[in-house]
Amino acid sequence: MTRIVIDPLSRVEGHGKVTLLLDAENRVAEARLHIVEFRGFEKFIQGRPYWEVPVLVERLCGICPVSHHLAAAKAIDRIMGVEKLTPTAEKLRRLLHFGQVLQSHALHFFHLASPDLLFGFDSETAQRNIAGLLKGYPDLALQGVKLRKYGQEVIRMIMGKRIHGTAAIAGGMNKALSIGERDSLLGNIDEIISWADASVDLARDVFLSTPGYRNFAKVSSPFLSLSGKCGEHELYDGHLRCRNAGGDFVFDEIADSGYAGLIREEVKSWSYMKFPYLVMLGKEAGWYRVGPLARINNCDLISSPMAEARRREFADDGWPVHAPLAYHWARMIELLHCAEKIRELLQDADITGGDLRVETAMGREGVGVIEAPRGTLIHHYRVDDQGLIEMANLIVSTTHNNRAMNEAVLQVAKRDIDGKKEITEGMLNRIEVAIRAFDPCLSCATHAVGKMPLQVEAVDAAGQVIWSVGK
Amino acid sequence: MKTVSLDGAVVPFAEGQTVMECALAANISIPHLCFLPGFLPHGSCRLCTVKIDGRLASACTQPAMAGQHVEIDTEELRQVRLSLLRMLFVEGNHYCPACEKSGSCRLQKAAYDEGMLDLHYRPWYPKRKMDASHPDVLIDRDRCIFCELCVKASRDVDGKNIFGISGRGIDTHLVVNSKSGLLADTDISAQDRAVEVCPVGAILVKGRGFEIPIGKRLYD
Repeated sequence: MTRIVIDPLSRVEGHGKVTLLLDAENRVAEARLHIVEFRGFEKFIQGRPYWEVPVLVERLCGICPVSHHLAAAKAIDRIMGVEKLTPTAEKLRRLLHFGQVLQSHALHFFHLASPDLLFGFDSETAQRNIAGLLKGYPDLALQGVKLRKYGQEVIRMIMGKRIHGTAAIAGGMNKALSIGERDSLLGNIDEIISWADASVDLARDVFLSTPGYRNFAKVSSPFLSLSGKCGEHELYDGHLRCRNAGGDFVFDEIADSGYAGLIREEVKSWSYMKFPYLVMLGKEAGWYRVGPLARINNCDLISSPMAEARRREFADDGWPVHAPLAYHWARMIELLHCAEKIRELLQDADITGGDLRVETAMGREGVGVIEAPRGTLIHHYRVDDQGLIEMANLIVSTTHNNRAMNEAVLQVAKRDIDGKKEITEGMLNRIEVAIRAFDPCLSCATHAVGKMPLQVEAVDAAGQVIWSVGK
Repeated sequence: MKTVSLDGAVVPFAEGQTVMECALAANISIPHLCFLPGFLPHGSCRLCTVKIDGRLASACTQPAMAGQHVEIDTEELRQVRLSLLRMLFVEGNHYCPACEKSGSCRLQKAAYDEGMLDLHYRPWYPKRKMDASHPDVLIDRDRCIFCELCVKASRDVDGKNIFGISGRGIDTHLVVNSKSGLLADTDISAQDRAVEVCPVGAILVKGRGFEIPIGKRLYD
């Protein structure tokens, strides 16, 4: 057997690698995505006081710390008996989260994924990065950078810092948004919306006009997400909804605190990332997808007009859409939705209110579920009678997509590598393109931009290197 | 009037004043941690180390004397303070990113002021027990720097004598004066001076963390 290793994966958040096992005829026998970093947050936050948790778990990530912060804060609210925040506090949290999703989606699409889509999977490696994009498509690249910057500004004004600030506390928020801050954000929101709208055009056109994109790494699966009271697209708070590959409900309107009855996690020896599955579909058939594609497929409507029109256009292409590369299109629809909702919230009089917190009373257990940029994020905590965490269960967005990403890798390997005598860098990049579509966040904030320290070797059964490819 | 020279500035002092008190009165900064006006100084952290007529001494305990030449802001003393701070960090478990005292912590501020960018020494990772037994007040011993301000405040201001320091070396730790050794069995209150005086995040009022936004904290 020959073993090919792609290590590290580039232009994804965090550290991972792919291994391919080829038989004597270079047929793909096995393809695996391994997550090689271990974080251990669930264990080491045990014994810490509950009010520390929303700030502590932010450190899981440098890209989506806000999502972890808010999911934990929602769980802590429930521990503290809070079911409803003040209108200002809830709107501030929603505004914060829209800023988070906007900046994360802009980062992924423009900085990480678009070089593949605009230059081609087999283009020069040196060109396939944000620096290449700035050279080849300067206006577009700059818009991407500015879109991200705007989202980060929303975060900074609410949390005090662009990354790893403080905002949500048990029962509310720690700071009001000043009128000056609101006006500053309103200043260029129309331009942001217009750029976001153009980004949907770009993602749609690339997907629809490039031969082979619809079937690239194609996998069919159920989709899981939060959903609003009227079945609308929901990022901050809602019930759990799941559709099967055909679009029918597997379940709907399940309270998020009931997640444990729906999802189990399987552990495999070769990865630090668990493999969740839907209990009612079983371990083998119960894998599913989350994230922008799941949310756009799952919802009945989007509560902002421009994004809703884009959702209808997306659904007209054959709902539910399963192609992994359609994640990018769905992601840009969400980017537009976030920009529209930010404007709506900034124009709401409550947003600059001063009533930030409700009374709390100590309880024992709480679940907080939020739609992070990459999908459904579950935080579940139990505290002892002294207020210290005694149990923590985190199912992070990328974990839900674990099996789907492995299936996508296998599809690409079988189509592009199976039986080939020599394997090129472009072929290997296709595997990374499939993984990148899911925007995996491997619980870290490192990126490999530019020259990637990747060396791929094919080794025969005797351990002799047959050939090697370097980037 | 009697005077001392503080980094070349001629500063008057009153009989009985220490070098630290004399500097504070003249608005001259000497870095310090365990010293707090109103409490008897004991020079335990040594962060206020200065050079007086060529000899190292803690400014908080050294009486000011006429004609003294005191060096404060020199590269040699900066290195001494940096080493002391690094030792304080590695001898405890100080994780500023998730600490609710971040931004209002005197140890963190001192490290920023001295330009400390790394630990330099190998961390000790001491194992110290948290005491969350009291409904309103929590002790996180990981962050204690043994400044003894809580010991003095509880004894001399609150009149409760709740805290003490026990053990040696890596086993040094804050102890509670109750039969069980737990805070729950004391009459401590969240309003006590002993709670308020802690310069780091070792003694905390429960459930209040992160209420002060970034930008409004003591040292922002």
